[in-house]
Amino acid sequence: MASGQKAARVGEEVWKTRVEKVNAELVTLTYGTIVAQLCTDYDYDYAQVNQQLDKMGYNIGMRLIEDFLAKSNIGRCGNFRDTAEMISKVGFKIFLNVTPTVTNWTADNKQFSLLFDENPLADFVELPDDGRAQDELWFSNILCGVLRGALEMVQMSIEARFVSDVLRGNDVTEMRVTLLRYIEDEMPPDDD
Amino acid sequence: MLTKCFRSLPFDNLSGLRGLSVLGPVFALLIISKAGSLIFHRTFPTSTPGAAAGPPGQTVGTLGLPGTSTLTTNDYLVLAGTFHGVHAITRSLTPKIPVAPSAGSSGRSWTYPDPTVPASGIESMESSFFRLTVFQTLSGTKFLLFTDPSMPNTDVLMKGVYERYADFVCKNPFWQMEMPIRIDAWERSMNQWLTRR
Repeated sequence: MASGQKAARVGEEVWKTRVEKVNAELVTLTYGTIVAQLCTDYDYDYAQVNQQLDKMGYNIGMRLIEDFLAKSNIGRCGNFRDTAEMISKVGFKIFLNVTPTVTNWTADNKQFSLLFDENPLADFVELPDDGRAQDELWFSNILCGVLRGALEMVQMSIEARFVSDVLRGNDVTEMRVTLLRYIEDEMPPDDD
Repeated sequence: MLTKCFRSLPFDNLSGLRGLSVLGPVFALLIISKAGSLIFHRTFPTSTPGAAAGPPGQTVGTLGLPGTSTLTTNDYLVLAGTFHGVHAITRSLTPKIPVAPSAGSSGRSWTYPDPTVPASGIESMESSFFRLTVFQTLSGTKFLLFTDPSMPNTDVLMKGVYERYADFVCKNPFWQMEMPIRIDAWERSMNQWLTRR
């Protein structure tokens, strides 16, 4: 767990000294407005809303990764477990000041869960009482897109999706992250 | 096109006051996208154009160095593309040391001299007139900084450039990724960072 401790230290350090803070409620309200507006725009087709949120997050992630790298000044992760620690203890720490718990690894080290004890995006939120939102809408789905976009820029193709959300009445908010493959942009292997 | 006169004014004042050399020893900054195309280039005046500061009668070229010729934008594009290729080649020139197959957790039968650091390609190149510092981000964008060879801490300088790039370029919603950078706020911030010393 040495990598976890190092990540925690880096995250704390960057959060304290290098990051400009904004009011958390401003973030909550802004994000809430976006989701609510998407719901009306897509006529409460929550599958579409999830997809749009993911897409918006993807575009954010592809840019945010540069800020993450520039601020944290960390190098390439040695393995996917390190990556998970970095995401939780540095990434989420410096951008949202939360550190979701990394857990539920599969045996092949390619799949893990992030458990969110707190989620600033979802403070004050109650899903629409239309009988469908509770089953269909992933309110914080933008985060999945952010991870996907950011990791794609550092040569990791992943899939991220929420599997439970306290907003839906589940006990925990859990995101499942799966490493699909490392994107090799290097030369093809030697012929000899 | 490349030199902006407004930068030269405060520096004239500075040099008058403190007797420093007129402008900072940073010559040029190039940014190459991960696809290998030039998305930004800027040269910095190393002597005040037309002022008494520079040695009289000398032509000042691209890097502000005597004898260098001024490059056109097209030249820069070619240069960037060439460098992209050369960089890729230098990266694969890094020696690979064979290891026992079972030892490596990654399943490879070789390792780099320092197993914790992957091959990076050219990091710097130095001549008696300039030093080229290359920084490639993990996402593949390359920053090329041409400075005076005597300039210390170019890595710090580079880090500052990267942070400003992340802030003013990546966070600008109207900049499309992989597209040329034409953003005033970025130019201001970057100019200030690179020419204040």
